[in-house]
Amino acid sequence: MVLTAEPRNLASRYDVVIVGAGPAGMAAALGARDRGAARVLLVDREVEAGGILLQCIHAGFGLHAFDEEITGPEYAQRFFEQVLEQDVDVLTDGYVMDVASGGRVKLMSPSVGVTGVDAGAVVLAMGARERTRGAIRIPGDRPSGVMTAGLAQKLVNLDGYLPGRRAVILGSGDIGLIMARRLVLEGVEVVGVFELLSHPSGLTRNVVQCLDDFDIPLHLSTTVVGIHGRDRLERVTVAPVDDDRVPIMAKAWDVDCDTLLLSIGLIPDAELARTVGAQMDPLTGGPVVSGTMETTVPGVFAAGNVVHVNDLADWVSMEARVAGDGAGALATGARRPEQDIRLLPGDNVAYVVPHTISSDRPHTVSFRVRRPIHGPTLLRLSDVHQRKVRAVVPAEMVTLKVAPRLLEGFHGDVLRVDAIPATDDRAGEDPS
Amino acid sequence: MTAVPEPFDVAGAGLHDPREPGAEVTTHAYLCTGCPLGCRLEVDARDGDVLEVRGFSCRRGERYGRQEHVDPRRPLSTTVWVEGATIRRVPVRTAEPIPKAQVVTVAEALRGLRIRAPVRRGDVVLADALGTGTDVIVTRDLDRVAG
Ligand SMILES: Cc1cc2nc3c(=O)[nH]c(=O)nc-3n(C[C@H](O)[C@H](O)[C@H](O)COP(=O)(O)OP(=O)(O)OC[C@H]3O[C@@H](n4cnc5c(N)ncnc54)[C@H](O)[C@@H]3O)c2cc1C
Ligand code: SF4
Repeated sequence: MVLTAEPRNLASRYDVVIVGAGPAGMAAALGARDRGAARVLLVDREVEAGGILLQCIHAGFGLHAFDEEITGPEYAQRFFEQVLEQDVDVLTDGYVMDVASGGRVKLMSPSVGVTGVDAGAVVLAMGARERTRGAIRIPGDRPSGVMTAGLAQKLVNLDGYLPGRRAVILGSGDIGLIMARRLVLEGVEVVGVFELLSHPSGLTRNVVQCLDDFDIPLHLSTTVVGIHGRDRLERVTVAPVDDDRVPIMAKAWDVDCDTLLLSIGLIPDAELARTVGAQMDPLTGGPVVSGTMETTVPGVFAAGNVVHVNDLADWVSMEARVAGDGAGALATGARRPEQDIRLLPGDNVAYVVPHTISSDRPHTVSFRVRRPIHGPTLLRLSDVHQRKVRAVVPAEMVTLKVAPRLLEGFHGDVLRVDAIPATDDRAGEDPS
Repeated sequence: MTAVPEPFDVAGAGLHDPREPGAEVTTHAYLCTGCPLGCRLEVDARDGDVLEVRGFSCRRGERYGRQEHVDPRRPLSTTVWVEGATIRRVPVRTAEPIPKAQVVTVAEALRGLRIRAPVRRGDVVLADALGTGTDVIVTRDLDRVAG
């Protein structure tokens, strides 16, 4: 095992090279080792492994992977200890720029500039980045004090800076909700959270424990329509929106604040996947992947938030183990399973991952719904499999497990995933 | 305007319980956080004793409603100043959830604290935090750096 920031301490060839050492990268490393890959390298551009977990200091991680509720840093450290025990090499301060065909991984490091290692297979695990103001085009001035919620999280939790004294949060995604509580605990006044949609984007638990507990108002169907201030933010204008999400300017009002946090979603940080020529899915913003999490570029796998934005680190780790397993198998000479079935998003399904599966092994199919269903819901995979759940919301990813025996009688090549009210099913039933 | 109602007294709920004249039965609303369904719970209570929980769709919700009314608890995570490490704050948390009403005061007490690296995951930075019976512990290792 080598833990270094110096590429010259590395071997020149690895079975599997993993880009990004968040939970996805670490789990992929463990998956590849389990599958018999002898030499595995984990590369991250930061000074230490852990990814976004290091700044997520709140509890809420590990219920599935460690069977107890721990914080992000604890989750990262426990995982990293396993990675080191498994004799994985780790390069920090290393930025992966490209993967050439033939498996040459081009990387840049402050000490030697551009260099490279050869890889039998590669796993992309670069995570996601936050959408910024440009993505939603709020008119007005460009004062300081406007930033993404995740950047504020890093400033507060790692660097020890407070972004301001009086904050407004735009968007009710989990990062925004978590930051609302975080700021209150550090003595910052949080005036309110404004959400364009008619339902919160984050988990109920975060609405209760991060907003209600601290009497922070959540304004649904309301958005920020103006930003004012010369050098420093002084106030924002907010307005309710109509059913078509168009602001009703006649009802707009001003809110004094020196800080505006944007919590308007994450998008896969998939630039490198594009660079290597992987086919992308416009629905997820990440690469198209097979049942072993291989992209359309042979030998290049992907997992975690770079494929689709997950809400739980545990889901990320589970999916990344599959990718590590696939990469390890390929690098040690196993045959690639035939991807004979395509998965398509159907009724009320925003996207499905993976995009194809093979009928020879079990798969976990992950997807998100477009609209909440507040009652019994049927998650359906064409007519081969279905599962009933109590309710679904876009904030929580849902999964279906597909065992090979379910596909025994199936001879088509496309399966459709639907999420529909369970009562639809009884449409033809007697009302007795 | 909040999406979730604060605990409230339902109009007309101040009926006298026939079994014990004098004590008032009040009804309180909570939102169950157990799963995405987010059931709206109503808890009938008298003198702090829970008489009935309604509105849940599973047992977990009933337990949650009872606990939220009698003794709501929350885990607290925050950071404290650390000197001599690569980052300026070290993350900490209460070893167990603490009474909800004490979350802000414990966080305030931790704001004044300064510790020095090295620290190890599990190190106690504040024992029996403000009498809650719960220690506040460090959640990551931080080595000491030169300089
Ligand atoms: C504020 C917030 C709160 C959350 N709360 C919870 C929660 O309560 N419970 C829960 O289970 N989950 C939670 N999550 C989700 C969970 O943390 C993420 O789903 C998970 O960390 C994603 O893992 P990842 O490995 O895909 O990405 P990341 O953790 O983002 O890791 C990606 C890594 O790749 C590196 N990288 C990127 N590009 C390159 C490159 N070109 N070269 C080298 N390295 C590169 C980055 O430096 C980074 O370390 C939360 C997330 C956020 C942001
Ligand atoms: S009562 Fe049960 S079904 Fe309803 S929100 Fe709570 S856990 Fe979910």
